[in-house]
Amino acid sequence: MTERILTHLRALEAESIHILREVAAEFQKPVMLYSIGKDSSVMVRLAQKAFYPGKIPFPLLHIDTTYKFGEMIEFRDRFCAELGVQLIVHTNTKAIEDGANPFRLGTQKCCALLKTRALLDALEQGGYDAAFGGARRDEEKSRAKERVYSFRDSFGQWDPKNQRPELWNLFNSRLDKGETIRVFPLSNWTELDVWHYIYLENIPIVPMYFAKDREMLVRGGSLIPLEHNLPLLPGEKPQMVMSRMRSLGCTYCTGAIHSEADTLPKIIGEMIQFRRSERENRVIDHDQEGSMELKKREGYF
Amino acid sequence: MVSPEVDVETAEWLVKTAQTELLRFTTAGSVDDGKSTLIGRLLYDSKGVYEDQLASVRKATRNLTTNGLDLSLLTDGLRAEREQGITIDVAYRYFATAKRKFIIADTPGHEQYTRNMATGASTANLAVILIDARYGVLPQSRRHAFLATLLGIPHLVVAVNKMDLVDYREEVFTSIRADFKAFADQLKAGDIQFIPISALQGDNVVERSARTPWYRGPSLLEHLETVPIDRDLNLTDLRFPVQYVIRPDLDFRGFAGQIASGVMRKGDAVTVLPSGRTSRVKSIVTYDGELEEAFAPMSVTVCLEDEIDISRGDMLVRADNAPYAGRRFEATVVWMNEKPMEPHRPYLLKHSTQMVQARVREIRHRVDINTLGHERASHLQLNEIGVVAVEAQRPVFFDAYRQNRATGAFILIDPITNETLGAGMIARPDTHHHSGPVTEAERLARIGHRPYVIRLGKGTLETAQLVERHLFDLGYLVHVAAGREPGAEAVRTAFQAGLVLIQFGAPAETALPGGIPVDQVVTLDCAQFAEDSDLLEAVVGILGSGNAGNVRLTDGAGI
Repeated sequence: MTERILTHLRALEAESIHILREVAAEFQKPVMLYSIGKDSSVMVRLAQKAFYPGKIPFPLLHIDTTYKFGEMIEFRDRFCAELGVQLIVHTNTKAIEDGANPFRLGTQKCCALLKTRALLDALEQGGYDAAFGGARRDEEKSRAKERVYSFRDSFGQWDPKNQRPELWNLFNSRLDKGETIRVFPLSNWTELDVWHYIYLENIPIVPMYFAKDREMLVRGGSLIPLEHNLPLLPGEKPQMVMSRMRSLGCTYCTGAIHSEADTLPKIIGEMIQFRRSERENRVIDHDQEGSMELKKREGYF
Repeated sequence: MVSPEVDVETAEWLVKTAQTELLRFTTAGSVDDGKSTLIGRLLYDSKGVYEDQLASVRKATRNLTTNGLDLSLLTDGLRAEREQGITIDVAYRYFATAKRKFIIADTPGHEQYTRNMATGASTANLAVILIDARYGVLPQSRRHAFLATLLGIPHLVVAVNKMDLVDYREEVFTSIRADFKAFADQLKAGDIQFIPISALQGDNVVERSARTPWYRGPSLLEHLETVPIDRDLNLTDLRFPVQYVIRPDLDFRGFAGQIASGVMRKGDAVTVLPSGRTSRVKSIVTYDGELEEAFAPMSVTVCLEDEIDISRGDMLVRADNAPYAGRRFEATVVWMNEKPMEPHRPYLLKHSTQMVQARVREIRHRVDINTLGHERASHLQLNEIGVVAVEAQRPVFFDAYRQNRATGAFILIDPITNETLGAGMIARPDTHHHSGPVTEAERLARIGHRPYVIRLGKGTLETAQLVERHLFDLGYLVHVAAGREPGAEAVRTAFQAGLVLIQFGAPAETALPGGIPVDQVVTLDCAQFAEDSDLLEAVVGILGSGNAGNVRLTDGAGI
């Protein structure tokens, strides 16, 4: 008799597909937040699986801060065209016109305008009641207690004390007008699970995840990619560094890591050997202790 | 497939990890019994902690312990609780070894405890219950065991912690084990493993400790890695709740869902609830290709041979193995809201993929979770547990939670505030009130005995008829089922009509139709009786006792 038990990745996959279908069935107008990163790539693949042979029954929404890497935008447009999904791109153009950038405003304020505000506006304009996000509970401490269905009030705010208990796979989808939820189908995946799944499933990801010689600015312990005319400090000089991105964000706020890993198995090998959590190179999370939790309360993921 | 330039360790990892299973467990403990330290220890020793997380723990360490680290800080989450120094909610942690991947639902030990532990326990394969070796089995240890059993967690681990503080004495451990066992027997708890540990010193957590030479069992991690979990899911009774209908074009109509329990094969005959229409499985479709067979908890899409109108909330089952379909049932409810549960209030009930209006008809009793005693109650407060009679507006397709966690569970939602109010585990269809014009009590009064299903394993038609004649002569309304394997609906109808129904020759592992209380099922293996008169005497004795609950049950569902 064959043993009927799923491997951990297949169990996670089945759980995520269940969540995706549940939301599509119970909400009026879901949307999938698409950040172009590896987690988004996995989430989109799971959505393809959930509705196969049908098409993904909701659009993808990209919040473009205009400070994204050129390679990311290129990848986004090709990826979405190949899948035949509807892509909506939203930018807080007002803030950009007013000259919003992290140097003038500081990273916290810049994120608040270009990511958080832009996201809340896009959700409101689109009339979306449920938004999928690729966040995982293993990413950061404040996320360990996040629900799969994360309830937001009519101002898009998250209240850690007012979240609904989640039991079994029975999700409470009830909302009042103006309220929304964020849904995290990858809640129980770890970073290594995501990489492993990308490897096993052959899922396309942005080439910046793979190591190559790139022009970098070495500032403090961080490697900052040169793009969008990054202002240099006196005495700073860019140099070619064999490096790759561990997570993708805005150019100014995403650091690279020294790496030779130019294939998926090598990236996984690197992860097994060097355990360093992936948000470490994101400048924003280090603003202050517990800063991700503050952002979440305001409406960011 | 593995790229040749990768080191041996990674190459091995890629192959091995593609095969590992997932074990979800919950940890229960009281304040100060070392739960956070234990989890920190598991994460730290299994290298589930990232360097920078360690660095921030080093920064925040208040008590210097392992290598100058307070491991409990690894599992500390939100600011609010870090400020208060206590955990306030269920937190999920992840780690993996070469053998398994683990998800820990870490639940706090203070007053919100019941609600949080129920949440964490609902999806767990295993519960780790921590007991402080110095204090032994406390009321809260009993509470933890009760909740773990109530939520149907198949495996328990009792970790007797702080063994270092009792000089690793064997008699401390054995006496706690005996105390706990005495209580667990009352609960009918399943598989229990007792392990003496010191989370602080690391004894028997990851490695077996030389300081407990009298203990021959596995370390906690070894046990987590090897406890068999392939039987944790019900793979006997097919239940496929339809979640979503996929219809990309006129030629394709697929029913998408996650198999709640059981196995489905291409070509299988299936019945659709509630319509009762039958068809066959034409194909099991996935993005990765069609499957010959799918089993719980896979998410698949099913196409049927016939055009049948099916929508979300319907359920595909086997014709000879149906769940109970009804509006009324008895359930144990854990109340999770500040606003108390009161009978007759309107609630929404979510069960599998169905959402229906419902109300609680009555609270039969409240359970004192310290003594397991039953108390009268007019309402249930936050964190209280009670046995209640629920009435739904439309029929729900359910099984007893003990037989099937997926189809025995529901949540209650406030239709005004939309909050999740409580979690329920169905015990049985509610027989105290019958929805038809003739009540069960009236039937009982007319017929003079309760209905039973008597299953004569290895029995022939001749034996069955012998029993029938004998019982009839004694005044029982009795009938022999036609054929060796009568349909579930026929068995249930006879039962509901109040008859004693005799089945013969059915293999012991054949599942019972849902909705028949186990204490009204008599299973006897005819081969065990040398004389017919012995068999007759046994049957009469059991029916005469008015309760068949003491009889060997062999429905294979693990009761």
